[in-house]
Amino acid sequence: MTTQVFALIDVNSMYASCEQLFNPKLRGRPVVVLSNNDGCVIARSAEAKALGIKMGAPYFKMRHTLEEQGVSVFSSNYTLYGDMSARVMAIIESEVPRTEIYSIDEAFADLTGVQDIAGTCRRIQSRILNEVGLPVCVGASTTKTLAKLANRAAKKYRATGGVVDLTEPARQKRLLALTNVADVWGVGPRLVRRLRTLNIHTALDLASSDPKTLHEIFSVVLARTARELNGVSCIDLESEAPVQQQIVCSRSFGDRIEDKELVRQALVRFTANAAQRLRSQGLLAGQYTIFMRTSPFSGDPYYANSLSERLAWPTDDTGAMTERLDTLLGAIWRDGFRYSKAGVMLSDLYPQGSQQADLFDRSRGSKAGQGREQLLALMDSLNRQSRGQLKFASEGLTTAKSDMRQERLSPRYTTRFDEVPVARLA
Amino acid sequence: MKAVIQPLVPVLTKDAVPYFTDPVHAGFPSPARDHMDSQLDFNELLIKRPASTYVLRAEGHSMGAAGIAPGDYLVVDRAIEAAHGHIIVAAVDGDFLVKRLQTHPTLKLIAMSPDYPDIELRSGQELEVFGVVTYVVKPMLSKMP
Repeated sequence: MTTQVFALIDVNSMYASCEQLFNPKLRGRPVVVLSNNDGCVIARSAEAKALGIKMGAPYFKMRHTLEEQGVSVFSSNYTLYGDMSARVMAIIESEVPRTEIYSIDEAFADLTGVQDIAGTCRRIQSRILNEVGLPVCVGASTTKTLAKLANRAAKKYRATGGVVDLTEPARQKRLLALTNVADVWGVGPRLVRRLRTLNIHTALDLASSDPKTLHEIFSVVLARTARELNGVSCIDLESEAPVQQQIVCSRSFGDRIEDKELVRQALVRFTANAAQRLRSQGLLAGQYTIFMRTSPFSGDPYYANSLSERLAWPTDDTGAMTERLDTLLGAIWRDGFRYSKAGVMLSDLYPQGSQQADLFDRSRGSKAGQGREQLLALMDSLNRQSRGQLKFASEGLTTAKSDMRQERLSPRYTTRFDEVPVARLA
Repeated sequence: MKAVIQPLVPVLTKDAVPYFTDPVHAGFPSPARDHMDSQLDFNELLIKRPASTYVLRAEGHSMGAAGIAPGDYLVVDRAIEAAHGHIIVAAVDGDFLVKRLQTHPTLKLIAMSPDYPDIELRSGQELEVFGVVTYVVKPMLSKMP
């Protein structure tokens, strides 16, 4: 049987790289991208890393330093990053049919049976750089855990040119000896401390430990990791997305909110968003939950609560959910608190078509139900073309205080004709 | 925490759908029934490789060469290797410029506008080509009343 080979491809500083691609002024300059609500640093260009800017650093603390150092700061432009991710994944899938998209900037690819592993990895890397415009690193090995380590080495050691073939056992051992156990995929800080007491410091130490003992003392997950470090593949590519258990839509507010009506409008918006995602997956929800809380970090008095309700029948109709909202909100609302986050959750999900006919007119089969279905489908289709074009009046008509703070958003260069980059006739 | 995203195959280009899927529905069997074609789809014409195709907008003070004017949309494909004679978008000193590429007798970026110079490329000098212009979409009706 041919040994399995996995490659892990990931984009270097993806968000920052996307910003630099479409704005030539940023080439070779320090760039930083902020998280939701412009909270903290979630991406840094190589030049920003060199300045010592740390991942996760809170923006409000660093604002002046960043200005002084001439660092360009951006809010997260998910529209752009999502489109760029689709392009990267399209290239990978065109080279390697069996791939698993792991996150917005990472994918595992099945290179089992490929003759020239390093060559294939380099071709994927150079196609993504040339055709999409983003720099990536590729690590290949006989298990996913080793592929992750290979990818890390590709990133860390520049002499590799960003591609590491770690399929050869002797090379694996050498790298494991150099790797801290804390840098192994799936080993968190608490686990690291416990492992150190057992004299396990490097990835090689972990790989040399008896998996059965690891299973007894820690967990089956760690035992599996140890096996994977030894080249025994225990984790295969995920070929299908697992069926969703619930759909959640929640946001931290840009500013604290004390007004009940503003929170209600935000909850209606979240419900509309969650229901739209429900419809796009062809699902119905049986349970509707709302939740909200004040900030546990500020000095504010703390209050958090949630309330859930079984819907009369499984539905994907935003209206059916929002008409329950006032009752639910009325039950858990408390005046005088400064709320910082709220959200809704749709759970108990059923595929469409599995719903039992309901006695009342609102069921899918009836004329009223079908009319409603058409209305929702039309709304979804128009909102796809231009986000937020059609809303329920109860969502509120003006920009809400609860909207995410995104003060430094770059244009949607690849998805809006009126925001494409400009080239001078020169 | 893992987020598995569905393969995004149809995302980069819309599928063309025939006007009529079942002519018989109209009440008579159409003689065209077996010859139905799909609508003209500009995606098919303009975007051969969705992953490497981008759109930029031309700007400037005057009509450029090759009939490209300010306001035109440039369809740019990064997958095409830039060659002699191609009109390209290049990143030069922090800006995207539209230039014509000359590779012989010397490596040169030919100006598209009379207000700008040709750029001679010295050996060892890096040329960042954003992509090759494959199509220009030119709005013909003026925006002014």
